[in-house]
Amino acid sequence: MSTTIFQKPKGLTDTRMHYCPGCGHGIVHRIIAECIDEMNEIDNTIICAPVGCAVFIPKYFKYDSIHCAHGRAPATGTGIKRVHPDKTVITYQGDGDLASIGMAEIVHAAARGEKITTIFINNGIYGMTGGQMAPTTLPGMRATTSQAGRDVERNGNPIRVSELLSTLDGPAYIERVAVDTPAHVIKAKKAIKKALEYQKANKGFTMVEVVSSCPTNWGLSATKAMEFVGEKMIPYYPLGVYKDVEEGK
Amino acid sequence: MGKTHKISCAGFGGQGVMSMGQLLTYAGMIDGKEVSWVPAYGPEMRGGTANCSVIVSDTPVGSPIFETGITTAVVMNLPSFHKFVPKVASGGSIFVNSSIVNEKVDRDDVNVYYIPVNDLANELGNAKLINIIMLGAVIEIDKIVESESILKAFLKVFGDNKAKLIPINREALAKGAEVAKTLKK
Amino acid sequence: MAKIIMKGNEAVAKAAIIAGCRYFFGYPITPQNEVPEYLSRELFAAGGTFVQAESEVAAINMVYGAGGSGARVMTSSSSPGIALKQEGIGYCVAGEVPCVIVSMMRGGPGLGTIQPSQSDYNQATRGGANGDYHIPVLAPGSVQEAVDDVKEAFEIADCYRTPVIVVADGLIGQMMEPVELENPVKTRDISPKEAWALGYGTREKQNSIENLVIDSPACEAKNIRFFKEKYSEIEENEVKYEEYMMDDAEYAFVAYGTTSRIVKNSVNELREKGYKIGLIKPRTLWPFPQVPFKNKNIKKFVVVEMSMGQMVIDVELAVGDRDKVTFYGRCGGIIPTPEECADYAEKVMGGAK
Repeated sequence: MSTTIFQKPKGLTDTRMHYCPGCGHGIVHRIIAECIDEMNEIDNTIICAPVGCAVFIPKYFKYDSIHCAHGRAPATGTGIKRVHPDKTVITYQGDGDLASIGMAEIVHAAARGEKITTIFINNGIYGMTGGQMAPTTLPGMRATTSQAGRDVERNGNPIRVSELLSTLDGPAYIERVAVDTPAHVIKAKKAIKKALEYQKANKGFTMVEVVSSCPTNWGLSATKAMEFVGEKMIPYYPLGVYKDVEEGK
Repeated sequence: MGKTHKISCAGFGGQGVMSMGQLLTYAGMIDGKEVSWVPAYGPEMRGGTANCSVIVSDTPVGSPIFETGITTAVVMNLPSFHKFVPKVASGGSIFVNSSIVNEKVDRDDVNVYYIPVNDLANELGNAKLINIIMLGAVIEIDKIVESESILKAFLKVFGDNKAKLIPINREALAKGAEVAKTLKK
Repeated sequence: MAKIIMKGNEAVAKAAIIAGCRYFFGYPITPQNEVPEYLSRELFAAGGTFVQAESEVAAINMVYGAGGSGARVMTSSSSPGIALKQEGIGYCVAGEVPCVIVSMMRGGPGLGTIQPSQSDYNQATRGGANGDYHIPVLAPGSVQEAVDDVKEAFEIADCYRTPVIVVADGLIGQMMEPVELENPVKTRDISPKEAWALGYGTREKQNSIENLVIDSPACEAKNIRFFKEKYSEIEENEVKYEEYMMDDAEYAFVAYGTTSRIVKNSVNELREKGYKIGLIKPRTLWPFPQVPFKNKNIKKFVVVEMSMGQMVIDVELAVGDRDKVTFYGRCGGIIPTPEECADYAEKVMGGAK
């Protein structure tokens, strides 16, 4: 008798993902699907796709889904959750989407304590549009709109979203994780699962910031990109739990 | 063609000019007339003066607003006096709160009634009643709506839980009417 | 039910609740504030939800989510606020999300004035979102019509799965008139939520509200479907207009909303003087009525708007002869008087009785 020790989560479709080798999106998609499978929520989940590389999310998940306007997923997710308080509502956003054009929407959804889970992919760059500077681009990091490297005098400073949102009373859970090493991937899954469970328990707004990679626009190989996450990104964006109402944090 | 009353009520915020207009409007509907009420809104309302335009008519209301051709003007303070007196149609009525407006209307083609509503309200022991006293005078002279309809309208505008205030408001309407009768031309 | 007197904005809000709307997302802006204020109070009592959004942008995107979830949902705003909502309205169009947007127009451009205006005719009928699209636009001229239109707007929105705009102005929003709230509304066939709405799909058959159509032939096909099926059907079924004193008319005022009631007084005034003039009042601005403008007896169509002339272009297109169309307008929050409209028309008619 054979035993299955590894398989594709039930909530993912058979569509081949378009993500580049070394990109974190595929890993995070899989983590979400595994958590939803384990929570037996496949038929009870609605996912809000951003504008950015993850815009194809509706093709990859078997959940009901919606293409949101750039940056507005937390608002659209609010509308959905208010109609369907018993559904698990996930918004999935990149750094340009969430921390630049959509900053108002994420702050206010968090402040209202909307019972949604935001998965925030921070790779410090605009991927879909071809490598422009993001609000989270590191000082000195090159982008097509900061070609000599981000000059904070000219371009301003990066934004640490988890820290910022953790000052609010609405969020129930905020953690920053990474997907650059197997150990970090395991921790990332734990965080996302916890966030979804908090949503299910109506504790409040939940967000998991995932420090991720963009080898294509960073101009690095897949492995070098993962090393860059550990060496450069994580020191600027420290991992950890920033808010957890159950832990009095 | 039936009669169309074009009424402007104007004064300071707090003098009850907006609700005076609403009472006329509601009472007009109760009397089976065609009615509309339009407030002046915006910064002027914040600045302390308020006014509304009311139509009570035998025929459907076309334009609910009128810049001139007012048939009944109620002016509760001096700025309103200056603004509205020139806009009253020839043959129209002007009701002036003579407790606080000391000027006289310098026109001989209109009927002017000086009603000291603040003093009358004090006599009744309730300063808030100035608009109702004025309304009593207005409907006594211009016969726009029935007095009883104003009281029915009162409950519609302010809610049934204000029924206990009906007697004092009835008294206020009567007081206004009584003073107006002595001034009738 | 007996008539009651209500302020236009509150009547609009009440009508939405009667129509089954249980979700409202909005942002304060004069002269429509009584709509959110009323609903913030009454929607919870009706078992629904009100959210004061952080911006008009957020509000329309909340509408997108709630409408996409199959609920009857509304937002309201005024001119600059509607400008902000345009992107989201485009998403609702593309995602085929039913919703109702109330636009209480004020004078512009920019911050402009808070006084009544009709200078957002183009904003409503042409829109400011990107792409090829139409939105049904209903134009009430009284508090009663505003109530009737809001109720009908939800039916149209659900029937064709489209946003519907109810466009009025600050005067309709602010004025009080007697209103019958329970007038029956024409119901239409509505596609079941299970077929499309979020929260009703399964792992075997996902429901997706889609906006991205990255494949060009598919994107073109979607546009063609919208125009060939949805929009042509709306044009066939939903055109509404009224005529006043048009039976023997040789001249016709054309006006919608507040201006239509002003001009009605002008018609009466001119009729008393012996002029054969009537009024054509479009009740839908898109689809724009065509039939009344094919009336060969009419020598001149006198368009009156509280704008520098926006609907006049649709009238010219419908008449097909620009020389037969003339325009009188006031704007920036100035409301024309019946007398000045009559004076203008009298000059146009050149004393021809």
